[in-house]
Amino acid sequence: MPVYDVLIIGAGLAGQRAALAAARTGATVAIMSKVHPVRSHSNAAAGGINAALNPDDSWESHAFDTIKGSDYLGDQDAIEIMCREAPDEVLWLEHAGVTFHRNADGRLGTRAFGGASAARTYYIADITGQALLHVLYEQLMKHHTQIDRYEEWFITGLAQDDEGHCTGAVARNIHDGSMELFSAKSTILASGGSGQCFKPTTNALICTGDGMAQAYRIGAPLMDMEMVQYHPTTLAENGILITEGARGEGAHLYNAQGERFMEKYAPNKMELASRDVVSRAEQTEINEGRGFPDGTVALDITKVPRKRTLEALREIVNIGRDFAGVDITREPIRIRPGCHYMMGGVKADVHGRTSVPGLYAAGEVACVSVHGGNRLGANSLLDTLIFGRRAGEHAAARAAGMDRPVGHRALVRDHERRIAELMHRTGGRRVSEIRDELGTMMNEKVAVFRDHAGLTEAHEVVRRLKEEARTATIDDHGAIFNQDVLGAIELEYMLDVAECIVVGALERKESRGAQFRTDFPKRDDEEWLKHINLSFNGGDTPAVSYTPVSITKWEPQERTY
Amino acid sequence: MPDYTLRIRRYSPESGEAAHWDEFPVDLEGHRSVLDGILQIKDRLDGTVGIRCACQQAICGSCGVRVNGRPVLACHLHLDEAFERAADGVIVVEPMGNMPVLKDLIVDMHEVHWKKIQRVTPWLIPDGDPPEREYIVPRDKMIDVTQTMACIQCGACVSDCLSMEVDPLFIGPAALAKAYRFVGDPRDGQQEQRVRDLAEDPHGIYDCTHCFNCIEACPKGVAPMSQIMRLRRIAGDHGIEDRNNGHRHETAFVRNIEKNGLLHEADLLPDSYGGKFHPRAVPVLVSSLPTIVRALQRRKVTPARALLHKHKAPKEVKRIFRDVHDREERYELNLYVVGEEENGQ
Repeated sequence: MPVYDVLIIGAGLAGQRAALAAARTGATVAIMSKVHPVRSHSNAAAGGINAALNPDDSWESHAFDTIKGSDYLGDQDAIEIMCREAPDEVLWLEHAGVTFHRNADGRLGTRAFGGASAARTYYIADITGQALLHVLYEQLMKHHTQIDRYEEWFITGLAQDDEGHCTGAVARNIHDGSMELFSAKSTILASGGSGQCFKPTTNALICTGDGMAQAYRIGAPLMDMEMVQYHPTTLAENGILITEGARGEGAHLYNAQGERFMEKYAPNKMELASRDVVSRAEQTEINEGRGFPDGTVALDITKVPRKRTLEALREIVNIGRDFAGVDITREPIRIRPGCHYMMGGVKADVHGRTSVPGLYAAGEVACVSVHGGNRLGANSLLDTLIFGRRAGEHAAARAAGMDRPVGHRALVRDHERRIAELMHRTGGRRVSEIRDELGTMMNEKVAVFRDHAGLTEAHEVVRRLKEEARTATIDDHGAIFNQDVLGAIELEYMLDVAECIVVGALERKESRGAQFRTDFPKRDDEEWLKHINLSFNGGDTPAVSYTPVSITKWEPQERTY
Repeated sequence: MPDYTLRIRRYSPESGEAAHWDEFPVDLEGHRSVLDGILQIKDRLDGTVGIRCACQQAICGSCGVRVNGRPVLACHLHLDEAFERAADGVIVVEPMGNMPVLKDLIVDMHEVHWKKIQRVTPWLIPDGDPPEREYIVPRDKMIDVTQTMACIQCGACVSDCLSMEVDPLFIGPAALAKAYRFVGDPRDGQQEQRVRDLAEDPHGIYDCTHCFNCIEACPKGVAPMSQIMRLRRIAGDHGIEDRNNGHRHETAFVRNIEKNGLLHEADLLPDSYGGKFHPRAVPVLVSSLPTIVRALQRRKVTPARALLHKHKAPKEVKRIFRDVHDREERYELNLYVVGEEENGQ
């Protein structure tokens, strides 16, 4: 039975950064992921990473932009930490080998991004997330004697001792189906978001909310779950992302009548207003009949000089060509708002600690909350790295003073038995059918515009699907790479998360950030300047509680762009 | 009526059966990807089909497979394009080559791919402590190494590498492209040590036979073979005369063409070892005698053609050499930096 000081679940940027930080203190570290680390969804963060590194810029300005972007739901103490530490983190990355774009003078160059009052986004073409992820993996390979990697292991559940402390996790080796209990003094969830609850989504097939559901099931509350970011520029059919970097480089949005409609909604920032604002503007144009017949508007990247596009937006040139049949350097591309990011997640403090002792969370799986009601572009990479590192450091320090946790093999046998039962189910609906129904429904009822009737219906559907998922059919009875059985477990995770999203959205009777209730179209600071926490209490719906928003020096104001 | 038929190579080590082919109908429009097709099969018909996949937009590198014999990301090839290239109207999907199959379309990348990545010391090794702020480096140098940073480690190049098929120990196109990412990075302090190591390794940079398969296979434009050639040039810049005789062979080859216009093979071999009378060349010439004799017997060469080569390089060839020599800057084989502009597009 493997025992570690720190066990990290998920090997995207947050997980890898946590592993490196924990290993640096001398702790024994394992990092585990259901995919090879470089397949993680951090890859998809194209545009860049924010930091007030330029002498003309200030962390306060970055913090204010983030707070305003969050529609004042972000916790200001956490945002201050993130923005203060951002410059050093970017330099750490640069020194570790990230090939950041340079200015003509050889110094780090920036590009503009949405909702930001200065150009403070550092980038590598439009493969920033990919470049960061691969450079961190270089560092994992460098430190291979200090960090054990478990690649292609799937977590079936977290382990707890009698006092409710988290003591590790049970995992299935995808290669051969064997199950193992990994005991750990501290466990860090860094397993990403849950965009697959929506269809289409920009998120990879692996973003199934595993960590959120695992934490929820052992009693850690989820926070801000109603805050689901719809990205303004995604391809209609398959949800593929067109980076905000395109608008940062100067691309414009037009409706079917050729109007640059952002003039009406955000006369100052135009296309570079924050994402919730731009997505709502697009959806309004589409709903009021000024979109194209396929329910889209146009993103015109031909405004950007061709040479610059080929150098700095190369990946979306490829995406346009390969996935939409459009040469974006010569013609506009049709886009619409699409599910992109979970601001909410496992409630965590600025050290990554969740409400369950021994359990940490960092990155998209967590809600610190630095993004509040709406995340600014290029703040997600920053969030993963800052809070990944902080969680890694704190988890290692906690472990240093502790005894080895006692693991119970009985837990492994429970999980083995459960999977064996699951594997031999027949006669129910197919997992894929339930998954598709969930995603399509969420994208209809829990999207840019929401209301009580739609959300109530959504909740009923989710509860029915939860029932149906219990008997869903499994074709594959094997041990080696049984993706079928993992898909069924992921579906259960997704349904738990989807229910929390819907319950949170029903609960918040106001419009703030990504949550727009047509039946409550105003922000209501009197009543709702607070976080909604959802906890599993053994009953059939999540229990609701609230925590106040931390406000340090920026009082809520009206939000215009 | 299905729109397409996929013939998938199946293998499950648990079943005890040999690998075999299964055909499945796919009901999708032509602009959807082969991966969409495979996922539809898994969803509707057979949940046991194994394939790795995540992003569905050609950035995670999970779904490398062979379609109609060519390595691709399954998410990156449209069904209609695959259909056009299908021999008998059936789209053939099988696992990548050069790597052991674990199940169906899933291969073991650890042994063949990742261990070789680890082999090239894949992390930045700067000289001394880092500066207080960022390293100040030329803009184009960073854009240059960004081409190799664009590698998503999908294994498509490894799948079809001919040298690796012959020499499984060949470091291979992906790992060598990764090596260039550090060799070309001005912040790294080990450029010479890195290229020396890769030049002296008998399975290193001179093991590549320039078949271009990796360039064609790469879905991200990394052009691994070009990066290998650049490693060789940098090895040459450092005057590294490797024990594999790679550098001398390359130099002899270029001189041979410059002089003759057409390759004169009888000169190439001794020249690669320092000339006909060089002590190093003698054992090589002796050991290649059986090959020479066989070629003579089969009349592939005649003694006259082998010994007397009267062909002189034509003007056009000389002009190419002059043009290349006269360039102030070396042509750097990098699309991020030069390709598009020089194409005049």
